[in-house]
Amino acid sequence: MSLLRRNWLWLLALVVLLAFPFLFYDWAKGRHSGFALTLMSEIGVMAIFALSFNMLMGQAGLLSFGHAVLFGLGAYCAAHVVNLVKAGTIWLPTELVPLAGGLGGLFFGFVLGWLATKQRATAFAMITMGLGELVSAAALMFMGFFGGEGGITIDRVMDTSLLGVRYTSPWQVYCLVLAWAFIAAALMRLQTQTPLGRMANAARDNFERAQFVGYDPRRIRWIQFTLAGFFAGIGGGLYVLIYEIVTFDTVSAAKSANALLAVYIGGTGAFFGPILGTIVVVLLQSGVSLLSNAWLLYVGVLFIVMVMYAPIGLVGLIGLHAPIWRAGRLRELLLPYLRALPPALMVLLGFVLLVELTSFTTIGAAQGKHFAIAGRTIDTTSPLPWGIALVALGLGALWLRREARAFRLRWDALMEDAKRQAGAS
Amino acid sequence: MSAPAIELRDVRKSFGPTEIIRGVNLAIPRGERHAVIGPNGAGKTTLFNLISGRFPISSGTITVNGKSTAGLPPQEINRLGLSRSFQITSIFPRMTVFENIRCGLLWSRGYRYSFWHLLGGQKALNAEVDRLLDRLKLGDRRNVQAGLLSYAEQRALEIGITIAGGADIILLDEPTAGMSHSETDAAVELIRGVSEGKTLLMVEHDMSVVFGLADRISVLVYGEVIASDTPAAIRGNAAVQEAYLGTIAA
Repeated sequence: MSLLRRNWLWLLALVVLLAFPFLFYDWAKGRHSGFALTLMSEIGVMAIFALSFNMLMGQAGLLSFGHAVLFGLGAYCAAHVVNLVKAGTIWLPTELVPLAGGLGGLFFGFVLGWLATKQRATAFAMITMGLGELVSAAALMFMGFFGGEGGITIDRVMDTSLLGVRYTSPWQVYCLVLAWAFIAAALMRLQTQTPLGRMANAARDNFERAQFVGYDPRRIRWIQFTLAGFFAGIGGGLYVLIYEIVTFDTVSAAKSANALLAVYIGGTGAFFGPILGTIVVVLLQSGVSLLSNAWLLYVGVLFIVMVMYAPIGLVGLIGLHAPIWRAGRLRELLLPYLRALPPALMVLLGFVLLVELTSFTTIGAAQGKHFAIAGRTIDTTSPLPWGIALVALGLGALWLRREARAFRLRWDALMEDAKRQAGAS
Repeated sequence: MSAPAIELRDVRKSFGPTEIIRGVNLAIPRGERHAVIGPNGAGKTTLFNLISGRFPISSGTITVNGKSTAGLPPQEINRLGLSRSFQITSIFPRMTVFENIRCGLLWSRGYRYSFWHLLGGQKALNAEVDRLLDRLKLGDRRNVQAGLLSYAEQRALEIGITIAGGADIILLDEPTAGMSHSETDAAVELIRGVSEGKTLLMVEHDMSVVFGLADRISVLVYGEVIASDTPAAIRGNAAVQEAYLGTIAA
């Protein structure tokens, strides 16, 4: 019972995630939306990847620019294993394919980690960047393992399921992704509470002190890197099952950057930060990219804004509210937030309009597309939309500044009260 | 006869052309409380850094519990049973007080690099940490982030991390530096208690602390030990008077 009470959040998340795809269920045809399921599966895989990245970045203070190498190599290993199973050479249940990816990630984490973890801080970051480039280059050179530009394709319908599931539908794959995402997240969460996990924190804070209590910081980094490789590899194994293909962009710098974006935007302050960041990044990537040519710009701007104004990430921002929430006065922030909403939307609207107008005069024009809002084509050469965009941006910014000042006053007052209240009790 | 806890033979250390430690010979028997004093820049902290393996020595030999420390990294010297504190507080600032102490205990209790023990369930270990926290009078600060402690509390925590693992040789580098009188008195009591039955080597500027705690005192001047004797003898030593104590007493 206490187990249930302590883990209710996990259970709630599981139920919500299982129910969520039904919002997009096509009841008339009696089938799931493939797009929604693939999107959610992608979030699951990327969440594992981001959490494993955070084992290095958040827990051990190691900024890796080549984390996708472990993800991608895990994916390649899983793909080869699937093909061996299909060929009848070995037997492995479909459900355990991600584990094959994990073991691949573990192996490469151990080997590449030996080199990378010889250093820490900036030197570590540089080595991982070099390893990333190295493996990316190797992916196009060694045809046998990487399959060149075409990559390695698989057929996930292996008929070796332990549960009698054939994994022909995205829904079945989604359930498998969900199960593995929960297993991997739970294990990573538990790992933070082990001697190694705590000493990774200690060596991050003060590696010299860690030495003088008997620990070799390099050994800590190496084992941590290897374990991070294991979890990244699990993500890679799931990736293969979802897309049935693995190409060299799974090991690319862009893939590594995804984990970094997710972790930065979500925040390293709490375990769930990277998951939150992943949701935002994947939605921007897969959702907004359908609507806009400039989606990458939005990701970049969001990243810059977060690093500049909220380096603590989304979970950090949420966490700031904790004292006020404990004082039971969160409600009093509702109005200030609501008042800041219209000017914030106005700034956003002005900015998006400006970006889209620009993008349609360049890329859009080249692609022969027309800028349309709600079915009405907008002439990007006329000054009117540009004027509206600039005015919305300018006025919105001024208005937002005023509201922000009022918000700040209210916030400070509430914080003061909350602190006094906490001190008194 | 058992080997001294720490023995230095003709230890030298140069940084570039400058020789900081110039042929130090020192043997500290087991169970002794030994203080190193000397004017600023005499090389006291450097000596500590050499013994604990933070810097390699240029020549000579150092043995800890009878084993040469040549070429050993700090963690391996620590595993020989030697633990040190730092003059400039060196703790794990983003972890709680409790976790700081626990980090000091993990290796010596055999947890090594384990990622299969959940620390929450290690009842004996956690109880031991709590006992030590009470001894350090940090019990009520248990769950505070270490970086938020007061200076004196951080110094106590620093000593706590140093002794947590149960090392039988303890090196304390200016444990009472920057403390008020009452804080110093409390620190002296703490040090006396935790070094009971152990070998203590400490660098200290506060003469009342030195003469109150030490069984023997070594005087380091310009990288050389000019005297090593009981507190009473050191007080009466003319060379020491001239080189060091005289300037303070006058």
